[in-house]
Amino acid sequence: MEIVHVYTKLRSEFGRQCLSSDRTTPLLDVRPQPELARNFVQRSSRDQALQACLEMSEHQVNTKRFESDSRGINHVEGGWPKDINPDEMEQTIRFRKKVEKDESYINSILQLGSVMEHYIRQNNAVDIYQEYFEEEEEEVDESQEPPSAKTINIFRDPNEVKRTVSGLSWHPDGGRKLAAAYSCLEFQKTSKDMSVDSYIWDVENPNKPELTLRPGSHLVCLDYNPKDSHTLVGGTYSGQIVYWDTRRGSQPVETSSVEQSHRDPVYKIIWLQSKTGTDAFSASTDGQVLWWDVRKLSEPTERLVLDPAREENLDRALGAISLEFEATMPTKFMVGTEQGTVISCNRKAKTPAEKIVCTYEGHHGPVYALQRNPFFPKNFLTVGDWTARIWSEDIKESSIMWTKYQMSYLMDACWSPVRPSVFFTVKMDGVLDVWDILFKQSDPTLSVKVCDSPLYSLRVQDNGRLVACGSQQGEATLLEICSGLSTPQKNEKSLLAAMFERETKREKILEARQREIRLKERSRSEQGQEEEARREEGEEDPEQLIARAESDFYNLVETELKRRERTE
Amino acid sequence: MAEVEETLKRIQSQKGVQGIIIANSEGIPIKTTLDNSSTVQYAALIHQLVMKARSTIRDMDPQNDLTFLRVRSKKNEIMIAPDKDYFLIVIQNPSD
Repeated sequence: MEIVHVYTKLRSEFGRQCLSSDRTTPLLDVRPQPELARNFVQRSSRDQALQACLEMSEHQVNTKRFESDSRGINHVEGGWPKDINPDEMEQTIRFRKKVEKDESYINSILQLGSVMEHYIRQNNAVDIYQEYFEEEEEEVDESQEPPSAKTINIFRDPNEVKRTVSGLSWHPDGGRKLAAAYSCLEFQKTSKDMSVDSYIWDVENPNKPELTLRPGSHLVCLDYNPKDSHTLVGGTYSGQIVYWDTRRGSQPVETSSVEQSHRDPVYKIIWLQSKTGTDAFSASTDGQVLWWDVRKLSEPTERLVLDPAREENLDRALGAISLEFEATMPTKFMVGTEQGTVISCNRKAKTPAEKIVCTYEGHHGPVYALQRNPFFPKNFLTVGDWTARIWSEDIKESSIMWTKYQMSYLMDACWSPVRPSVFFTVKMDGVLDVWDILFKQSDPTLSVKVCDSPLYSLRVQDNGRLVACGSQQGEATLLEICSGLSTPQKNEKSLLAAMFERETKREKILEARQREIRLKERSRSEQGQEEEARREEGEEDPEQLIARAESDFYNLVETELKRRERTE
Repeated sequence: MAEVEETLKRIQSQKGVQGIIIANSEGIPIKTTLDNSSTVQYAALIHQLVMKARSTIRDMDPQNDLTFLRVRSKKNEIMIAPDKDYFLIVIQNPSD
């Protein structure tokens, strides 16, 4: 029903003034019609909040990096009145004498003197800053605090083209400096204008590296000498070993000759314990482990080929990716290979064949990190493929404990030097995980997303609180771990020892069981084989085996289906 | 004159006092028991500190004024007594 009222107006009447007059009869009258209400349903009431106020939104802004540099200021004497030359002794002395004769000087000094004396005596009487409750341990809040890690500093690669931080090493005395090795680990991605420099950073100053190291080619790994904190040794992408003395500057003191070095990038290099303190050994994917004396880098002192058949055959050798050396066990060392096995070796063996003691298999991919637990040297941690595994030296078949398969590749790991049950791992998705196996074994205790790019290396400082991790974009991030994860707890060592023993025993039992089963199988198959040998000659060829396996499988499936139909 | 000397000697003889400097309102050291370079440095730096401290107190309350300033550091304590025209600086090693 349309209610329309049309009225016309002449064009010439537009714009005329309005003349209002009263009318008694309305033009249009629409009265309420309650019957129409039946066509409609009452709507349920709704609460609507209204607020008249200013609309605001939250934004986060991050300012650009502020580059600061420390500089000293030279103070020169000033403030002297214009007529006195501060360099002339006579004039200054005369000025001083004049001041001393001044009345107001004498009065004020006397007054100030008495005030000062009062305070000096006060200082001598009572030490107002005395700590009354020094030795109390903070116990209560420790366990309730959630674990946390705080980023303190980020050291960025100053070059335009960013390289991966493939190696990190803390300065041995106190860890005020961090040496980082930069290289490009992806195959053939190195460009000509990529700088070969690696840097030593001072922890306090993220703006500029303290020292630049200039090797011949990219440094893949490096290590500070634990005995002499000025010397460093590094392994390069070209397979050479380079030796620096920081007192001598950026250029290496010596580089090993190309012919005698590795033929693949040197992935790990570690200093050894020796009387002279100049021995180091390096490992590379060309299958060799070489020992060097840094005083004479022209050729290695010793060579070991990682051939599992113990024949020193370089073609069959396994490529080494990580090394492990513990100063408390100087004759033994371990090598982690690209193929996923860990080889334990004895340095003092007489023949090269005896050097390789045993192998531990378990990883599906390269073993990127390998380290013994500093408190329990019999147990070591390896990281490779998507898991981290803890092994016991006695059990060679498998690891005693392992993490579940993570979402991304684990690239590096290390134990905490202060807490026996804590270790750190870094992953390809840029996450640093802190695992405390006494607290929780299925998940990391703390997971921190450090950056968006994959993290390639990790090193814990000796005090256990600072952790440095390096990413693919050339950023080395320094994190501080909360005190709960870096102060040793009571009974930790004994609890962990008990845990390792338990797991080791479990594995031993499983191993024994496996052996039994295998023996039984063998004896059964021997009997079976004797019968078969009477029937056939030679082996079954693979096709027949496959056909037999298929028919077995289908039979199994059919019997199962039939059984199910019967039960329904 | 003599009283000034006496006062300074008395202060110097107290336990732990390492040095005394008297400087004027422009930071020029008048009298000192330390060597020249340290004196110049102390006088200049402390003068600035005292000016800043004084202006802080007076900004908060114009009726107030700075009477004494102690700066305690790991190694020693620097005590500064400011006046209208001069200030007296004493460096003391606290009793512990």
